[in-house]
Amino acid sequence: MRISSKDVEHLALLARMNVDESELDRLAVQVNDILDYIDVLKEADVEGVSLASGAALGVNVFRQDEVKPSPGPAATLANAPERSDDFYLVPRIVDRNQQ
Amino acid sequence: MDLHELTIDRAKDLLSSGQISSTELTRCMLDRIEAHDGKVGAFITVDTDGALAAAAAADKRLARNARNARNEDAPLLGIPISLKDLVCTRGLRTTCASKILEDFVPAYDATAVDLLRKAGAVIVGKTNMDEFGMGSSTENSGFHITRNPWNLDCVPGGSSGGSAAAVAGGMCMASLGTDTGGSIRQPASHCGVVGLKPSYGRVSRFGLVAYASSLDQIGPITRTVKDAALVMNVIAGHDPKDSTSAAIPHTTDTAIDPSTSRLDFTRACSEFHDRGLAGMTAGIPREYIGMKGLDPEVEHSFKEACKVLEGLGVKFREISLAHTDYAVAAYYVLASSEASANLARFDGVRYGFRAEDCEDLLDMYQESRSRGFGSEVKRRIIMGTYALSSGYYDEYYGRASRVRTLIMADFARAFEQCDIVVSPVTPTPAFEIGEKVADPVTMCLADIFTLSANMAGTPGLSIPSALSSKGLPMGLQILGRRFDEMSVLKAGYGFEQSRLELPGMPKF
Repeated sequence: MRISSKDVEHLALLARMNVDESELDRLAVQVNDILDYIDVLKEADVEGVSLASGAALGVNVFRQDEVKPSPGPAATLANAPERSDDFYLVPRIVDRNQQ
Repeated sequence: MDLHELTIDRAKDLLSSGQISSTELTRCMLDRIEAHDGKVGAFITVDTDGALAAAAAADKRLARNARNARNEDAPLLGIPISLKDLVCTRGLRTTCASKILEDFVPAYDATAVDLLRKAGAVIVGKTNMDEFGMGSSTENSGFHITRNPWNLDCVPGGSSGGSAAAVAGGMCMASLGTDTGGSIRQPASHCGVVGLKPSYGRVSRFGLVAYASSLDQIGPITRTVKDAALVMNVIAGHDPKDSTSAAIPHTTDTAIDPSTSRLDFTRACSEFHDRGLAGMTAGIPREYIGMKGLDPEVEHSFKEACKVLEGLGVKFREISLAHTDYAVAAYYVLASSEASANLARFDGVRYGFRAEDCEDLLDMYQESRSRGFGSEVKRRIIMGTYALSSGYYDEYYGRASRVRTLIMADFARAFEQCDIVVSPVTPTPAFEIGEKVADPVTMCLADIFTLSANMAGTPGLSIPSALSSKGLPMGLQILGRRFDEMSVLKAGYGFEQSRLELPGMPKF
């Protein structure tokens, strides 16, 4: 297998997700199946071919750096799971011991 | 004719002349939702109060307007529509069919929604879909499945399955779907309705929850081509809030309406009546002929559809889309990669589900995301994370992106030799619920005819062509040059006018 269950666990961590022990093996098999299929891309001759970046579909757009009206704190924080006035409340980020 | 069988085009006349009211029309839809949606499951949220209020306001306005004026300042005045639940609606729950957004209520309307409201449309509700747009059957919804109105044991397709089923089932007169790899066209085909994926940049993506930003487009699902054109007239156009939206009308001169300098896509229909399709060339990709897994009935109905177009004066020519074999793989890598980046925002901090009693921030992220996302979404995030990770970026994302450039070049070459490219929409009619869920690769292969258009940014129309021997709809796909919706709609309209009559709507 190209990707082990450990690798899937690591990828999940990178993506800020947990995967249940019981799910890890099955997910690894599925991911490997998909990677096997995607291998077909190796047969394409991409020598000298550029990336199809956004430039292929449009041009970059600029605007003046001017403040425009925005919804404001009440609307913006309306879906906040936890808030305090105009701030989102989150679990402590910096360990007390590190300060 | 029952109210729910009216086209938008016809309903506009009846509303203008006062023969029907928006309240009657809207109540008809709401009644049908109540009577049938228990079986079909097309809707996640039905906004009865909002819809009736909007219908009442529309009726007031209709009464004030001149009779028979067709209300061109509000071209969809009083018309009941639904919206895929991936599109933000102010004050109305928007879930993306995900538990992670089960209680999310947006503070603003997507631009397309704002335009529809300004045009007087009545929004009846938000439709079911595969979670975050990931899937081809609506079986990946975090809430419930949607059943195909033509056969309740079959899928409606996806990811805009709820939208297609709602329109097919007469529960709304049009719906907005979204299409990243075929998610408007495929369910439209499976449900026997019309679906248009506009050119990339044609319709603003502001307020569309992003799945793959370089591939996503919002588009109409309707029962006729002219109705699709009427919806496009409202939602298409440049939006300064979407920097990927096209800045100019982009069309051939004859189609620009000089009085408003907005595109009038219904000119495709009048142009067909004036000039037919003579002079149009259609390309059939040789790589699609005899493709493995192509159902013989689908192949037959496609050949019959081509004969209809030929009878209208279209010349056919074999063309080559040489990189067809790589399309599904390239799409999967690109879409998963972009999705893994786009879905990073769902972390329980500012909105959406936040797991409680977490030890620290990392734990909160992991618990919220793992419990909020379904398995297909997790799988694609893992794939995207891998494809973009250090050491693998060039091999996967970089390579897929270069293949995309090759696919775009294939289309550019093809459109030097033809005006439209035609194909079936899907290799088979709708499969049974549960039949393909276990195999993510097979599910993706079903999008082989549709996903290249997303990578190339070209417009694509799915239009019903025939019913299979089992009574399931099959569709014809028409692709055009980027920003040439006119040719696509004209050919589609011509086909619709000339093909054998199809059973109008499924009976429940």
